[in-house]
Amino acid sequence: MALLEVRDLGISFGGLRAVDEVNMKIEKGALVGLIGPNGAGKTTVFNMLTGVYRPTDGGIRLDGENVVGKKPFEINKMGIARTFQNIRLFGKLSVLDNVKLGFHNDVTYALPESLIHFGSYRKKEKLMTEKAMEILKVFDLDGQWNYKASNLPYGKQRKLEIARALATEPKLLLLDEPAAGMNPNETAELMQTIELVRKQFDVTILLIEHDMKLVSGICEYLYVLNFGRLLAEGTPSAVLSNPEVITAYLGD
Amino acid sequence: MNKIKNLWATRRDSVIAFGIVIAAYIVVQIMSMTGNISYSLKGMLVPICAYVVMAVSLNLTVGVLGELSLGHAGFMSVGAFTGIVVTTVLTDAVPSDGLRLAIAMVVAAAAAAVVGVIVGVPVLRLSGDYLAIVTLAACEIIKSIVNVLYIGMDSKGLHLSIVKQSFTLEEGGKMIINGPIGVSGINKISTFTAGFVLILITLFVILNLINSRHGRAIMAVRDNKIAADSIGISTTRYKLLAFVISAAFAGMAGTLYAMNYSTVTAAKFDFNLSILVLVFVVLGGLGNIWGSVIAAALLTVLPELLRKLNFNDYRMLIYAILLIALMLFNNSKLKQMLLERRGSKKAAKTEGEVA
Amino acid sequence: MLNYLITGISLGSIYAIIALGYTMVYGIAKMLNFAHGDVIMVGGYMCFCATTYMGWHPLLGVLLAMAVCTVLGIVIERLAYKPLRSAPSLAVLITAIGVSYFLQNAALLIWTSNPKSFSPIVGRGAVQFGDLQITHVTLVTIAACVVIMAALTLFTGKTKLGTAMRAVSEDKGAAQLMGINVNTTISMAFAIGSALAAIAGVLLCSAYPMLVPTTGSMPGIKAFTAAVFGGIGSIPGAMLGGILLGIIETFCRAYISMELSDGIVFGVLILVLLVKPAGLLGKQTREKV
Repeated sequence: MALLEVRDLGISFGGLRAVDEVNMKIEKGALVGLIGPNGAGKTTVFNMLTGVYRPTDGGIRLDGENVVGKKPFEINKMGIARTFQNIRLFGKLSVLDNVKLGFHNDVTYALPESLIHFGSYRKKEKLMTEKAMEILKVFDLDGQWNYKASNLPYGKQRKLEIARALATEPKLLLLDEPAAGMNPNETAELMQTIELVRKQFDVTILLIEHDMKLVSGICEYLYVLNFGRLLAEGTPSAVLSNPEVITAYLGD
Repeated sequence: MNKIKNLWATRRDSVIAFGIVIAAYIVVQIMSMTGNISYSLKGMLVPICAYVVMAVSLNLTVGVLGELSLGHAGFMSVGAFTGIVVTTVLTDAVPSDGLRLAIAMVVAAAAAAVVGVIVGVPVLRLSGDYLAIVTLAACEIIKSIVNVLYIGMDSKGLHLSIVKQSFTLEEGGKMIINGPIGVSGINKISTFTAGFVLILITLFVILNLINSRHGRAIMAVRDNKIAADSIGISTTRYKLLAFVISAAFAGMAGTLYAMNYSTVTAAKFDFNLSILVLVFVVLGGLGNIWGSVIAAALLTVLPELLRKLNFNDYRMLIYAILLIALMLFNNSKLKQMLLERRGSKKAAKTEGEVA
Repeated sequence: MLNYLITGISLGSIYAIIALGYTMVYGIAKMLNFAHGDVIMVGGYMCFCATTYMGWHPLLGVLLAMAVCTVLGIVIERLAYKPLRSAPSLAVLITAIGVSYFLQNAALLIWTSNPKSFSPIVGRGAVQFGDLQITHVTLVTIAACVVIMAALTLFTGKTKLGTAMRAVSEDKGAAQLMGINVNTTISMAFAIGSALAAIAGVLLCSAYPMLVPTTGSMPGIKAFTAAVFGGIGSIPGAMLGGILLGIIETFCRAYISMELSDGIVFGVLILVLLVKPAGLLGKQTREKV
């Protein structure tokens, strides 16, 4: 059984059909790209996968379990984590706290322990800090653990968002244009980190990118979205040589 | 220059908050022992404590959760009248004033928390200015209801009715809450020490909360709701949690406040009081707990101070002008310049959140 | 029954006029102007002074009240709100509260806390329609509300300045790029809102002839509730909200309980917002993810 199964997914906003009849199947451990020109509906697909929008048609299953109709925080508990195109960090909190929040449902203690700081409070907080620092190390952010998240440079903010998502220990990680706004060097470095993350955290990754060349290097499989519909799918070399895909990107 | 969040910042905040309160308590105690305290200031000590607790607890909603509430006085009202009923009922059963007050506060906190849930569950779906106006509405609704509440006690127990008094008390029975007339003949059992202890408890619990997974989740909801949702944090749940804890402390402050006067009416706890407390919170700094403590205490004493300085007629006018001037200064280029100058001298020093 | 309905519409018309002012200011400046209610009070006192102390014709009194309040509105905006244009909305809210305290306490110093009994701007007479008796004040109030609503709709829809106002309320930055003077437009909104407050103040005091420095506070809050109820930023919404609120309040006073009426009015507001979070005629916006 595939980890993620998307069947005939569609959504309308008023009269506008933003996404229509999208089918996807992602196997466990895969690194898959979702590409397409601007406005093709890629982020809308992510928003449906994570419960931000409720699809008007079709179904989404994670490990065989239905996702449609669940609230975003429930879907995260089921095992889907994501990052955002426009970075959404907890700006006033520290880098460390951002990642510790990822462990919110994993390392827990009760409200009275929070209010009076007794019982397992100290032990659990220490555990959370240690786990968070480990993840920060992978992204080379451990040196800045005590910075306010909003004060990090842009590229590091993107990394912190990935780190926070990973802390929720997801089965499936959705990355929405992780390299947006980065220069070629930073992008190359980030792609390496993503590959590393997949191995180290044993996570399946679906990432959005509109620059095809960028993803062809690391993704094993690509879905191409255009005007809300799947235009093509397959291995990067097959997709990149598909004349329809080339037309969609370059125009007639 | 403000990049580094000081490792000790949160702990330092706690130390400052507790330090200020304990120092103030000692100073006031010494002053009153040596007879250096004016009669009017002495009368204000308990209300100041109540306002401090109100401000600190409202800061949990406005500063830490980031949602504007204009209805905090409503929960204070619930706590005040609950406290009055409980202390009256327990007059004979619990002879110790302190213990009776403590029990009343616990019951008041529970009652205010229940009302907090009743109000919070529906209204917290809104946010921003809409939430502000709806919480204000909730506060006025509570005021209206308490205004038509009749509670009396006789040997058969408690009698309660709404809109009209529909019960008659036996001989020797006592009317506790008498509709719009309110409550009179309260046995004043609140003391400055009780207020001081309540402040310490409030600070302890709220500062602890902020440094815990629940507190972090509340702040995550403040900083970015969609992101909080995306990492498995139920925004509705943590909004409600902060709101209800905040309401519970307002309830305790209400009991403390009410038991300091011989008469109390529902009209006392209207939106103007909510706004007054909000002013304390904003001037003290959003999310800055010790700022709330200082702002609540100073701004309560200020009109009194102006009265002493022979500005009696103009004191509220001066208060208003100071308030406007402070807000303008807080957001002005002048302040930024001063901050930058100070910042370049102490580059590593962190800056608290500024309203 | 019908009498209560008329009373309700009359009270609602006053709320509607205040709410229209609130909506103008909120739509453009996106701020809760807590001092708006106190401008109503200033309008009431101005008219009172003109007619009682100086013996002016009531109509001149109304004009004086409007002139003073317009200037007051512009001055408040320039001195207290304009410097905070880019500040957090809470800072502006607190400043507005400061202005409200200021106006109330200034009025307290000038006119003391003794209630002034206001003589209505039109005679105390009434018109009789069968069983139905409608006072002149009621007639004038309802007429004024209809005229103001029509004029405002024409103004925002048809005139250049009105269009500029709508543009500024949609997007300040874009409006500025299109060559609209944002500051003037915002001042204009305050001027209109305050002039309306003056009219509302006179009408309010004509209907309920007791004038104290806190006269405007509660009607101000209720009118704001009405504006939110109808959908803040919407002119027909403010009108609808105001009148509905007036009717609900009057019926509650008559049939349920004097003391509970305010509670019920606010309860209805909460219910409406829960079903329609943007108010009856407001439009819903959604955060882009």
